[in-house]
Amino acid sequence: MEFGAAISAALGLMMSLDPGFLGIVSLAVRVTLSAVLLAAVIGLPLGAMIALARFPGRTFVIILINALMGLPPVVAGLGLFLLLSRTGPLGPLGWLFTPAAMIAAQTVLVLPIVVALTRQVVEDLWLEYREHLTSMGLTGFRAIPTLLWDGRFSLATALLAGFGRASAEVGAVLIVGGNIAGYTRTMTTAIALETSKGDLPLALGLGMVLLVLTLAINAVAYGASRIGARFAG
Amino acid sequence: MAMRDTASILPLSVEGLGYAVAGKTLLEDITFTLPRGGLTAVLGANGSGKSLLLRLCHGLITPTRGSLHWALEEGRRAGRQRHAMVFQRPIMLRRSARANLDHPLAALGLDRAARQARIAEALERFGLENLAEQPARLLSGGEQQRLALARAWTLTPEVIFLDEPCSQLDPGATRQIEAMLSEFDRDGMTLMMATHDLAQARRLARNVLFLNGGRLIEEASAETFFNKPRTDEARAFLTGNLLW
Repeated sequence: MEFGAAISAALGLMMSLDPGFLGIVSLAVRVTLSAVLLAAVIGLPLGAMIALARFPGRTFVIILINALMGLPPVVAGLGLFLLLSRTGPLGPLGWLFTPAAMIAAQTVLVLPIVVALTRQVVEDLWLEYREHLTSMGLTGFRAIPTLLWDGRFSLATALLAGFGRASAEVGAVLIVGGNIAGYTRTMTTAIALETSKGDLPLALGLGMVLLVLTLAINAVAYGASRIGARFAG
Repeated sequence: MAMRDTASILPLSVEGLGYAVAGKTLLEDITFTLPRGGLTAVLGANGSGKSLLLRLCHGLITPTRGSLHWALEEGRRAGRQRHAMVFQRPIMLRRSARANLDHPLAALGLDRAARQARIAEALERFGLENLAEQPARLLSGGEQQRLALARAWTLTPEVIFLDEPCSQLDPGATRQIEAMLSEFDRDGMTLMMATHDLAQARRLARNVLFLNGGRLIEEASAETFFNKPRTDEARAFLTGNLLW
């Protein structure tokens, strides 16, 4: 199929609000947002704790987390596959080839990004605020709420980086989700499959939705952080 | 706002205080008593240990030698509301001026109504009403220092440690801050202020601690120190000969 015809067919597919097409988009968005939310709930306090705590091996932990930001998705997917497979330690959960496994996989990929960037933001803020907060008796973990709140605009960027990583990821969700039509098929896995089958309109349509979605979320977050920064300083 | 009626944490007795880091002694054998009321100026050249002494007294740093004894155990650590500190560069949270005032009060567990009442009083007293919703970090240096003083004041501390609060301000802003410090003094607060501005110390101080090279050279009333200094170092400092 010609490129122009493929684009035209993709647009037609998007406009028709095809249930199969919308199902793929909906699942991908739900999985990605769930993973980012989970990573935020775990990663923001964890990153802040690592920033403030002093313990043996801290440097190694920081290097490890920084390195995990570049964890290849297929390796993460493979590891999780082994854990979730019937004979694996988490096999009894029965998550393999379900959206839950896909959320877990994306959380594993997003978490190091959130933890590493949170640690950096909180550590920098702590250097600036330390004397004031100590003067008020807010030392150690009691300082965390203040530091996370005052770092909120930088931390929003960390979460966006995590969203970008999760939404663009294909290897891990393919391995643990199985790319089952109507159940675990996301935009990225569908794009890979349809491209290999030669169904370019569907692949292109999904690609365009993915781009627009990423652009929209980034634009909203950027606008919110600019407005917030203007009022917070 | 009335001063607290509870028992005083003063006097503060400092005995043989010393602080060393990486084998270098920065303060050595400091002994003095901080009495109740008035402003005690901590004078000395740059690097004499003025700021460090304030931080040790406030509890931000633990001394490596000697001891500090507050009259009440409550005074022992920072963050007990009984003594506060204002820094040379005001540390402003990334929030509005109002939220900066609210933060320490919320940390103390005050309810919303009590916090709002105290903040309204502080905004009025320190002339910050029109700046209340402005981002604190975008205020001018003088406004930030006024806000820092207001923030310390809202805690109704008995003692405020001030680390060269006017060193980065123009004469107009300095005059405003000095007027506020005089009001604190009249209200019965005890102030301990590091400065190398002799004119300011003459205007405000009741007592003087003079440091040189990490040692306390002279402890005297302001009148005695400025008119009849006992030591050669103090005389040299007062005549503008820097000590190293």
